[in-house]
Amino acid sequence: MSIGSVPLRYRISVDHDQCMLCERCIESCPYGVFRKEGERIHVNSRVCVACHRCIAMCPRDAITLKERPVDYRSHPLWTPGVREAIYNQARSGKIILSGMGNALDYPVIFDRLVLDACQVTNPSIDPLREPMELRTYLGKKPSRLKFRERSGDTVLETTLSPNLMLETPIMIGHMSYGAISLNAQQSLARAVTRCGTFMGTGEGGLHESLYPYQDHMIVQVASGRFGVDINYLERGAAIEIKIGQGAKPGIGGHLPGEKVCADVSCTRMIPEGSDAISPAPHHDIYSIEDLKQLVRSLKEATEWKKPVFVKIAAVHNSAAIVAGIARSSADAVVIDGFRGGTGAAPRVFRDHVGIPIEAAIASVDAKLRSQGIRNEVSLIASGGIRESADIAKAIALGADAVYIGTAALVAMGCRVCGTCYKGLCPWGIATQRPDLVARLDPDTASANVANLIDAWTLELAELMGAAGINSIESLRGNRDRLRGYLLDERIMQVLDVKSVGA
Amino acid sequence: MAEIVRIDAEGMHYTPLNQAIRAAVAAGAAEITIDHVMGQRFIADGLRGSVEITINGVPGGDLGMFMSGPTCIVHGNCEHAPGNTMDAGKIIIHGSAGDAVAHSMRGGIIFVRDDVGYRAGIHMKQYEEKRPVLVIGGSARAFLGEYMAGGLILILGRKAAAPQLDRGLGSGIHGGKIIVRGNVDEKHLGVGAKKRELSHEERGEITPLIEEFSHHFGLDPLQFRDERYYVIAPASARPFAGKYTWEV
Repeated sequence: MSIGSVPLRYRISVDHDQCMLCERCIESCPYGVFRKEGERIHVNSRVCVACHRCIAMCPRDAITLKERPVDYRSHPLWTPGVREAIYNQARSGKIILSGMGNALDYPVIFDRLVLDACQVTNPSIDPLREPMELRTYLGKKPSRLKFRERSGDTVLETTLSPNLMLETPIMIGHMSYGAISLNAQQSLARAVTRCGTFMGTGEGGLHESLYPYQDHMIVQVASGRFGVDINYLERGAAIEIKIGQGAKPGIGGHLPGEKVCADVSCTRMIPEGSDAISPAPHHDIYSIEDLKQLVRSLKEATEWKKPVFVKIAAVHNSAAIVAGIARSSADAVVIDGFRGGTGAAPRVFRDHVGIPIEAAIASVDAKLRSQGIRNEVSLIASGGIRESADIAKAIALGADAVYIGTAALVAMGCRVCGTCYKGLCPWGIATQRPDLVARLDPDTASANVANLIDAWTLELAELMGAAGINSIESLRGNRDRLRGYLLDERIMQVLDVKSVGA
Repeated sequence: MAEIVRIDAEGMHYTPLNQAIRAAVAAGAAEITIDHVMGQRFIADGLRGSVEITINGVPGGDLGMFMSGPTCIVHGNCEHAPGNTMDAGKIIIHGSAGDAVAHSMRGGIIFVRDDVGYRAGIHMKQYEEKRPVLVIGGSARAFLGEYMAGGLILILGRKAAAPQLDRGLGSGIHGGKIIVRGNVDEKHLGVGAKKRELSHEERGEITPLIEEFSHHFGLDPLQFRDERYYVIAPASARPFAGKYTWEV
């Protein structure tokens, strides 16, 4: 105990003049912050994670939360986070696991890019009265079309590859059943079905209650191969091979046995209570040639009827890696930037490994175009997409579509407290505890997620209209509609954008 | 269509070959014989049903991947990963096989008459009645049963007193077991694997497997009967539990 206790992360206080002793805070908090003693609510702030459930449920606004109520001596290098990580590791000697995405204060490139709008010389378009085309097709596009005349008709001779048709370039990324609750997955599934788009299953199999939405689900094949059989592959609208993820590039996944309840066990096809370990590499992929073999094995198993995606984390050599993947028969490549979220990742990976999605997508798009193979794969950008402007900028940098993850969870109530790994999510999202899961009503939550996608789609249409663009294809890779604001010259070269004023 | 179908695979790409197999199965074939197989990958990939496929030649990688039910009898060696993520059915290999045999296999059984390469049985897993089995007649290279989460590997080393093994045996194993005829050198045990004697019940469990193995390859099962066997099993069901601490 020589180190002693670290200061409180959050202080909860109750305004006893406002408090009506309804005890909703006690019911709301699975961490046990609140208790009633006599005619008063008492608190134990030390166990608070800042999930805000109590604050959201308090009818009198009687609860306040203060972050870091105890100051350390301020120091720009030895931040409280750094000091507390050392205390933790000095005690445990272990790797620190943490939740959600990258928590370091790196500059956000999206916030240093501005979009264009028309003035005078070319007219903007009003989406209220002009059709705006946001429909997006993901998959291979032929480099040329061959036709043949047959008894007066023109017949297409080129065999087209299967594509996914999206009504909006916004999809929901892979969050497995296990990482999130079934109610959360159902809410997302209903939302993407309503919006005419797609979501990923994650590496947790496909629960049978999601079968009605399977035409809007992309099934994942990751290194653990959990829940993967021919029925699963055939149910998906597309298949995604997960090589890596932005929150923890280069390492595998690990669902602790405590989270493997009866239903999770059933969809993953592993015994209840056993650890689900997804190793770092796929054991049949040690090269681009091997990846090609896995892509083709999935296509062969599903008779070449489904697009196959490959997801990688954005890392230093993403452009060269994707150029290889584009030659593997894959139909789309997902690039997950270093701000991508996760239920649990080693802190050192979450905060320090990988590169921003903005730089990755721009360099990949440029590389594929320079090699004349951009049509071979669609590009999906993910990892830290927070609003419609990020989507417009990602598409202008070369993406075909985006995956959102954290944003969709926030639409269901998530407060980004980053404590997913405790399995006690008070919003019923990142938990399997039945009473907590029951808090998430799929009727309401699916409407909220669909509303978010609809709202962003409307905003995208407005942004495009303002720029005089009436089709998403004309925005794709259209870097002339971006300008860098206080970005350094080398980054602007990588992004292939000009400076503001240029 | 006849109950028995013959396909000549000479010069044929794997996609039309699989299409021919699927068409034969759809038409009700009970047995398919494929001649002149020379490295075609993905044979019987994702195939369902109970058809028996005889493969004359050397199939390419991922034979019977995602396969759910059929039997494949190979008269020749196999390339890498036969039975990759296989769900149900049987693969009988009259020869040796390459790396990652039975990778992530979830059900069914594979018999290999001779040797296998590196990482055989990697991440095999089991769930309820689905329990995959890999029987290896000869020896195996390094990392046999790595990350194993369920099922059974039986390795016989039939041409010697014991199979020739290599390092990383059962490395990261957290379910299932590997049963080895003859002694196992402790230095070959991987991280998280431990060695123990075969129990009486386990001897009963391997007897029918030895009999079926011997039957397929025309061998005398008696040569394996009174031998000494060891079991390589997980030291813990949570091999990585001690590595991590939570942020708060």
